[in-house]
Amino acid sequence: MPSPTLEFARAGGAPLGTPTKITQGSRTKGGIGESTLRPDGTLKVTGEFAYSSDMWHEDMLWGQILRSTVAHAEIVSLDTSEALATAGVYAVMTYDDLPTDVRRYGLEIQDTPVLAHGKVRHHGEPVAIVAADHPETARRAAAKIKVDYRELPVITDEASATAPDAILVHDDRDDHHSRHVPHPNIVHRQPILRGDAAAAAERADFVVRGEYTFAMQDQAFLGPESGLAVPDDDGGVHLYIATQWLHSDLRQIAPVLGLPESKVRMTLSGVGGAFGGREDLSMQIHACLLALRTGKPVKIVYNRFESFFGHVHRHPAELHYEHGATKDGKLTHVKCRIVLDGGAYASASPAVVGNAASLGVGPYAVDDVDIEALALYTNNPPCGAMRGFGAVQACFAYEAQMDKLADAVGMDRVEFRQLNAMEQGTLMPTGQPVDSPAPVAELLRRVKAMPMPPERQWESSEGVDVRQLPGGLSNTTHGEGVVRGVGYAVGIKNVGFSEGFDDYSTAKVRMEVVAGRPVATVHTAMAEVGQGGVTVHAQIARTELGVTQVTIRPADTQVGSAGSTSASRQTYVTGGAVRNSCELVREKVLEIGRRKFGSQHPAWATAELLLEGGKVVTGGGEVLADLVDVLEDESVEVEAEWRHRPTEAFDLRTGQGNGHVQYSFAAHRAVVEVDTELGLVKVIELACAQDVGKALNPLSVLGQIQGGTLQGMGIAVMEEIIVDPETAKVRNPSFTDYLLPTILDTPIIPVDVLELADDHAPYGLRGVGEAPTLSSTPAVLAAIRDATGLELNRTPVRPEHLTGT
Amino acid sequence: MDFLRPACWEEALAAKAEHPTAVPIAGGTDVMVEINFDHRRPEYLLDLNRVGDLYEWEVGEDSVRLGASVSYTTIMENLRAELPGLALASHTVASPQIRNRGGVGGNLGTASPAGDAHPALLAAGAEVEVQSAGRGTRRIPVDDFYTGVKRNALAADELIRAVHIKKADGPQQFSKVGTRNAMVIAVCAFGLALHPGSRTVRTGIGSAAPTPVRAEAAEEFLNAALEEGGFWDNGRIVPPSVAKRFAELCSGACNPIDDVRGTASYRRHAVGVMARRTLTWTWESYRGTAARTEGVA
Repeated sequence: MPSPTLEFARAGGAPLGTPTKITQGSRTKGGIGESTLRPDGTLKVTGEFAYSSDMWHEDMLWGQILRSTVAHAEIVSLDTSEALATAGVYAVMTYDDLPTDVRRYGLEIQDTPVLAHGKVRHHGEPVAIVAADHPETARRAAAKIKVDYRELPVITDEASATAPDAILVHDDRDDHHSRHVPHPNIVHRQPILRGDAAAAAERADFVVRGEYTFAMQDQAFLGPESGLAVPDDDGGVHLYIATQWLHSDLRQIAPVLGLPESKVRMTLSGVGGAFGGREDLSMQIHACLLALRTGKPVKIVYNRFESFFGHVHRHPAELHYEHGATKDGKLTHVKCRIVLDGGAYASASPAVVGNAASLGVGPYAVDDVDIEALALYTNNPPCGAMRGFGAVQACFAYEAQMDKLADAVGMDRVEFRQLNAMEQGTLMPTGQPVDSPAPVAELLRRVKAMPMPPERQWESSEGVDVRQLPGGLSNTTHGEGVVRGVGYAVGIKNVGFSEGFDDYSTAKVRMEVVAGRPVATVHTAMAEVGQGGVTVHAQIARTELGVTQVTIRPADTQVGSAGSTSASRQTYVTGGAVRNSCELVREKVLEIGRRKFGSQHPAWATAELLLEGGKVVTGGGEVLADLVDVLEDESVEVEAEWRHRPTEAFDLRTGQGNGHVQYSFAAHRAVVEVDTELGLVKVIELACAQDVGKALNPLSVLGQIQGGTLQGMGIAVMEEIIVDPETAKVRNPSFTDYLLPTILDTPIIPVDVLELADDHAPYGLRGVGEAPTLSSTPAVLAAIRDATGLELNRTPVRPEHLTGT
Repeated sequence: MDFLRPACWEEALAAKAEHPTAVPIAGGTDVMVEINFDHRRPEYLLDLNRVGDLYEWEVGEDSVRLGASVSYTTIMENLRAELPGLALASHTVASPQIRNRGGVGGNLGTASPAGDAHPALLAAGAEVEVQSAGRGTRRIPVDDFYTGVKRNALAADELIRAVHIKKADGPQQFSKVGTRNAMVIAVCAFGLALHPGSRTVRTGIGSAAPTPVRAEAAEEFLNAALEEGGFWDNGRIVPPSVAKRFAELCSGACNPIDDVRGTASYRRHAVGVMARRTLTWTWESYRGTAARTEGVA
């Protein structure tokens, strides 16, 4: 069968993957700008990579979590005696067995019980934990724990959450958002007011309104939550764990265990994907508690079913939008209200609200805005971080609006966007100027200029190839009812942690001679979750230090925090930290060189010196010394923190403030074919154009864009966690009924990469990972609307929506 | 849980007679899912993987005797001419790995309304060969085999040995709706077989009623219409009004539910669309004008 192919193109027409000229280290092979291969790539595709679930320890026990079978209930009684009496069971722990008074945790708001305390607030909440000598024994023992629930009414949406007599999901809030929210069942609310939207609406010749619904998406990383906690002799514990941020876990785990952070040692183990779903703790504390209680190593591995309950999901949202334009097509104003369902615990909801609000208008210039975003506390599954983080839901809605408004004005949908596109210097709704390239109109131009895939590709002289048709191998059409549609969308995502967060990273870099060759060692706590950070760090070290051989140390908490592998930030921030530490190492190496050889050549004192190809060279390329001779037996080591420019909090009433540090832009053109009779969709092509500032590893950039594009397509046409509105229980916690795109659902994804440097960022780079997830979804929706003429205000589109059944 | 491993068919029957609650397992593509989810914890598992003749198939004069454990992959690769509908259905089963393990015996044993083989078996016409140690062999017409949601006509001491499926004497089609383009459980499915020899059309509907069912009223209507118009002889195009009525009657044969995979009304609608399309494809093929279909088997 014809496999989805990739087409490479970039600014200037040079194929992506061609090394570009770089100012430093161009003579050192494997530096930045090259598509060096991932060290973990072959292992992963051959099945040899050791994931966190593959760990084993002599004499280890297996942990199991008992989870609530109902969404909202008081725990009337909890009887663990039968479980405890089971042969092979070493420990059963409930809330009452927790060792300290710190019994809740959370990324920002500590509202999540380690184990349920008298009440459960969502389906699948941890109630008790068991350690046994066999996983099946642990499972069966957990099933013997008797929990008597007295069910409470469930809060499932804005109406039930803010009703006058609504039960408070948390009746003891004292977090800093609790003081400004209009209702205790609202986690956080962020208005953004700029100009005068009401007055501007008066000037509008055309006004369009829309109500949009975005479903709950799962990160669906392939390696379920897992880890191994090993008790240490000093009373501490060593946790081997798949996570996105070791130090954030550490900060939450240690107080619950009653241990100083120095006694909770953490080492990153093989991470099978994350997409935001490993920002929150899952089994970390439970494994440590059981290990400390039993004095034995304890391993916990979720299966897929449990994984659906074991991490937060993408917030479902209800979005209400009003857009206006003059008859010449200029936006007059945008009003919107975005209601995110945060579920039972806060997780990252406040920051998701900040993103949804500040990016709620999209990459457009409009002076008069009235935005409100909020997240609810409900009894639905907790929602938090997922690739795109609040910007995804908004993009789905504002791009549908832009199409509607273009149609109302009578303009071409792409031209209408280009006319209103932001550019460098445009003010965000927050009043913050965009101070680096914002090639929104250009990305749309590029994506529109790509050649269209041929029509009726399923037909050939041989007959019909059903793999090219909606329904695929299920053989539902041989062309009957199939209509093509085309749609466009563009989005804006912030890069890095925003709203005044001290977003730094730490890198320890060492340089020495090993076996007659100069070697660099890079040690960070960066979580490699598949994004390719370890590849990029080695490239940076080669470029900056002129060595070929770079050792990447395993990530652990023996080095300072690297911050989270999320928010498209890790290449920017930890990459920046690695570069910074390399520069400091280089200065020290040159100092040694000057001391040893300074008298031999005047350039040592006068010229700007570089390390290239294992040598100290002048800017002009003249070799001054071999690094082996400079270093001899000495080693140079630097551990330093590095941070991007500071940001500010958004004003609580007006939303004004320089809240973001960088933006990332991508545009998509979707070509779909819809079987209009059966309501089945085949996405033929999802062309993407994205500005990445500087592609440190072009192949990785391509992988990020393809992956993000596909994840965006998934929520457009199939992915949805279905929660029963009557019971707040999850109805499809399995890959049988939570559908992810297969390779046969994957369209051709031609990618056009633009590299317009952001002068504020290391190497001019821009975070890449999230932007393609934004515009992919609305582009697919727009294409389906184009094919069917239907309004389609909801993701994912299901066959019944397309057939009116 | 005891794991019984008979070395031959007779031993398997004896084991089943001794332990009537034993759950037979061959490819394990259904049973292992249930065990992994802890939906089922049988006292005994009866492993049929060592029973070699379950993997045998034989093409006879009128029918194919298909051993219960013959894999879907084998059907796709070897029996496409004799069992075109079942070969098409086999290709919609899960992934290549599962198709290498799973077989029709398992589909019949589980008797889920969503089993992909059922509509093809119903449309082609088949008999299920079952046997017990005490009472010997009997052949159950597939029309009588499905007795309820995930229930079949097997007695507790019986095992499925083979399926006798009528060899195609005319075009057959299978169509299945899922919400992605591969590896998906049926929202609903439809099988259709033309039997020029007997001048009849048979159908099978999956996932749209508590059991797999035939659309009997639709078949009767179409059989009469084709006979009346002399279509079997004159090979004319089936009039759209006939195809439409046939489709409506197929929809009417459904008794579906709303669930996470789809709504009842969508299922009725989709079965009608598939009925109309598969009738068109098979009839075009019968008339000798159809284009070949790529990518199936």
